[in-house]
Amino acid sequence: MTHVVVDPISRIEGHLRIEAEVDGGAVTQAWSSSTMFRGVELILEGRDPRDAWAFTQRICGVCTTVHAIASIRAVEHAIGAKPPPNARILRNLVMSAQNVHDHVIHFYHLQALDWVDVVSALSGDPAKTSRLAQSISDWPLSSAEYFSDVRKRVKAFVERGQLGIFANAYWGHPAYRLPPEANLMALAHYLKALDWQRRFIKIHAILGGKNPHPQSFLVGGMATPVDPDAQAALNIDTITELRKLVADGVDFVSRVYVPDVLAIAPFYKDWFSIGSGVTNYLSYGEFPLDDNADPTLYIPAGVIHGNDIAHIVPVDQTKIDEYVTHSWYEYTVGNDKGLNPYQGQTNPKFTGPKPPFKRLDVQEKYSWLKSPRYEGAPMQVGPLSRMLVAYGLGRPLRAKQLIDGALTQLGAQPSALFSTLGRIAARAIEAQVLVESMGMWVEQLAEQMARRDFRIQDTSRWDPTTWPRECFGAGFHEAPRGALGHWVHIRDGKIAKYQCVVPSTWNAGPRDAQGQPGPYEASLVGTPVARPKQPLEILRTVHSFDPCMACGVHVVDTRKHELARVRVS
Amino acid sequence: MTQSNLLQDLERQGVSRREFLVFCGTMAALLGLPKAASAAIAKAIESERRPIMVWLEFQDCAGNTESFLRSGHPTVAQILLETISLNYHETLMVAAGDQAEAALEGTLAKHKGEYIALVEGSIPDDLGSGFCTIGGRSALDIAREICGGAAATVAVGTCATFGGLPAAHPNPTRALSVADAVPGVRNLINMSACPANAENIAALIVYYLTIKHWPPLDQYRRPLFAYGTVIHEACERRAHFDSGQFVEEWGDEAHRHGYCLYKMGCKGPATSQNCPNVQWNGHTNWPIGCGSPCIGCAEPNFWDVMTPFYERLPNVEGINSSKWLDPVGLSLTGVVAAGAAAHGIGETVRYRRGHRPSADEKARVDDKEHDEDASKHEENRK
Repeated sequence: MTHVVVDPISRIEGHLRIEAEVDGGAVTQAWSSSTMFRGVELILEGRDPRDAWAFTQRICGVCTTVHAIASIRAVEHAIGAKPPPNARILRNLVMSAQNVHDHVIHFYHLQALDWVDVVSALSGDPAKTSRLAQSISDWPLSSAEYFSDVRKRVKAFVERGQLGIFANAYWGHPAYRLPPEANLMALAHYLKALDWQRRFIKIHAILGGKNPHPQSFLVGGMATPVDPDAQAALNIDTITELRKLVADGVDFVSRVYVPDVLAIAPFYKDWFSIGSGVTNYLSYGEFPLDDNADPTLYIPAGVIHGNDIAHIVPVDQTKIDEYVTHSWYEYTVGNDKGLNPYQGQTNPKFTGPKPPFKRLDVQEKYSWLKSPRYEGAPMQVGPLSRMLVAYGLGRPLRAKQLIDGALTQLGAQPSALFSTLGRIAARAIEAQVLVESMGMWVEQLAEQMARRDFRIQDTSRWDPTTWPRECFGAGFHEAPRGALGHWVHIRDGKIAKYQCVVPSTWNAGPRDAQGQPGPYEASLVGTPVARPKQPLEILRTVHSFDPCMACGVHVVDTRKHELARVRVS
Repeated sequence: MTQSNLLQDLERQGVSRREFLVFCGTMAALLGLPKAASAAIAKAIESERRPIMVWLEFQDCAGNTESFLRSGHPTVAQILLETISLNYHETLMVAAGDQAEAALEGTLAKHKGEYIALVEGSIPDDLGSGFCTIGGRSALDIAREICGGAAATVAVGTCATFGGLPAAHPNPTRALSVADAVPGVRNLINMSACPANAENIAALIVYYLTIKHWPPLDQYRRPLFAYGTVIHEACERRAHFDSGQFVEEWGDEAHRHGYCLYKMGCKGPATSQNCPNVQWNGHTNWPIGCGSPCIGCAEPNFWDVMTPFYERLPNVEGINSSKWLDPVGLSLTGVVAAGAAAHGIGETVRYRRGHRPSADEKARVDDKEHDEDASKHEENRK
């Protein structure tokens, strides 16, 4: 038996460490540890709730909109603000752009090189690569000359001897199975996607001033004026620009990203039965289609137990509890108890080995993540959860069509989705569903302009004197990586307590009081490892979740204290 | 790389010689250099051996990494990426675990004193706290080793520059800036803002390759080319401020017509950065341009001294005597006055248009702050 440590897990956001026991060529047990802590929720106490979105937004600069959205929703819920239609439409556009952008970057820049061998790409034949590319898509950039140029360019880069970010990887590992031409095609698209993502994210600059960290979020609405006739507002020019950027997004996702995933998958079909892990899935649902208190959601909410997509049940947030049995926090009520986020408490206390250390003591506490559970059970969250709920419920229809189409093309059953490769495929399919939906929201914005409805905020609740003296709110969002919730307690116009339960806590959290492993830990069991010193296969399964560790770490403090505005220490 | 090779590469990427020269011209303008300098920049980018850089992430959100990926002209920026040799970067590098750390160790050993360290995120002030470890080592230990052996260190973003969000009150992890975590670090350059603007990071690299030394800095060790002007001075809405035309409510007519956001809490009068000129995401827009007030993200301790974000700044030149404005609320006056005294923000607020502190003034501020920080740091460590 070999004990494998992978730290840092690279090509993720944040700091993640995996320890695993490997026996007989496969993982028998695994532990997931988040190794960084900041304490954002503690920093929020005593501050103006209208400022909270900007603080929580900085939890993550990759999924740079998600904590802002959850925060303004939580505060709106607490104070009773109702964003007008323009704000709903603008938020749908910001959120969908974030998801699509994030999924493309994840596939090409964070995940693909677990499956694509760059060194092998250098021996790819450009003419054959061109034929391959043209057989899977009508994307015009597919000539033999184009692939020949890419190969030359990368070759020149390699020959100069400064390999930069490509140095010292697992090139030539036996688990890489693509022919050189498929490697060359994917590498060309890795470079192309770098260009595309810069263009596509201009949607956030238009609607939020900049990206990362767009700045137009606002409790009760959005701080971007709408008026077809005003130069300083989102106007008809904006509509034209958005249509163009969305069309470019549809083009890239449907003609490059999705075909690439479907072309690579057949070489790795065994990964449709590796990495299943936890069999429960959670989605809060997202993209409100109307302005009712309980709106219809474009991507539906639901809970799946035991891989049973025929029986999807509604989500009840009171069934969420968090455990700290194996997390570097202490509960005053006992470390084996679970607490709902409204009652949540966190007192950070590092009890791990003093750095520098070689191994964590996984029998004790070993992560800065807590262990969230739904009715006591671990849940997977993310694109796969959303697509499974959508598939089970049959809506949106486009999701069901695309999933059925992909399964048919790959000759796979729906059960193949419960896997490492299933998570990757679901993410690509979701990107297409969402990028196609963006046009609908652009046109709704245009209709609002035609109607001359310029409202962007519920101005009646902006002044804190209109709020109840004490109020509570919860805001939910489906971030690229899954179910995200913020809980806020407001007293006398200030934040009394704040808590986030985020996608990477659900997926990457450690074992709970009952010893049940979290989704990363469970999915790694059974993952083959050909060379324990080069654990490429572990990266594949961990990356399939799209880890975002800075998001996962949080703290709530129940102690009351006055906020001194100026740092004195 | 020879010039002809570079141009061939660019052409393959669909970039013409003309576009490349326009980019060099833009860089020259951004850096405040005479027009003729663009030829020198083009030559430098084309001919230099790629400098070796290692990018460290500590208590971060990867926002600066993402920003770096967004730099302006996409394809030329990509050439710029190839212009440096990025030997370590957790978010972008392919290698993981031991092989990643081996690549880093190799770079440190082979290029000691030559490489440039870029740091993203703050650093918890304790070797044993466990608040941030990578490969089982503490962030402080790693930062001291790697920044200690670098030719220069660039703190990218407000967390690395000033402590940023983790250091906001009550600073639960005792998070430090690079300057405080690695006392006496050589050639430190601070690129604040949340995140740092990709164009400014690119411009810093171009500056270094072209002019062969690091740019002149302000009292916070930030390059003057990017942080030498107060946003309020260059703001496209300045005329509305001077005419007393202010947004009063989100979505009102004034908001739709681009009036001044001062009354909605804009911190542009107290913030130095080149956002109004350089803008973001390929000159697409900037926060004030989309109708959202500046939050002062390039300034020290902005999470404490610039909040509440929607309250008006006091003591802005021309404000107290303004016939258009009510007296500023007392709460924020106290906050910012106290913050200003502690952090020198007031200096920025009080700058007259066109007035800059002399080099002597700056140096004094710098030394004083540095000494205070160093002694604080020592106390903390005891």
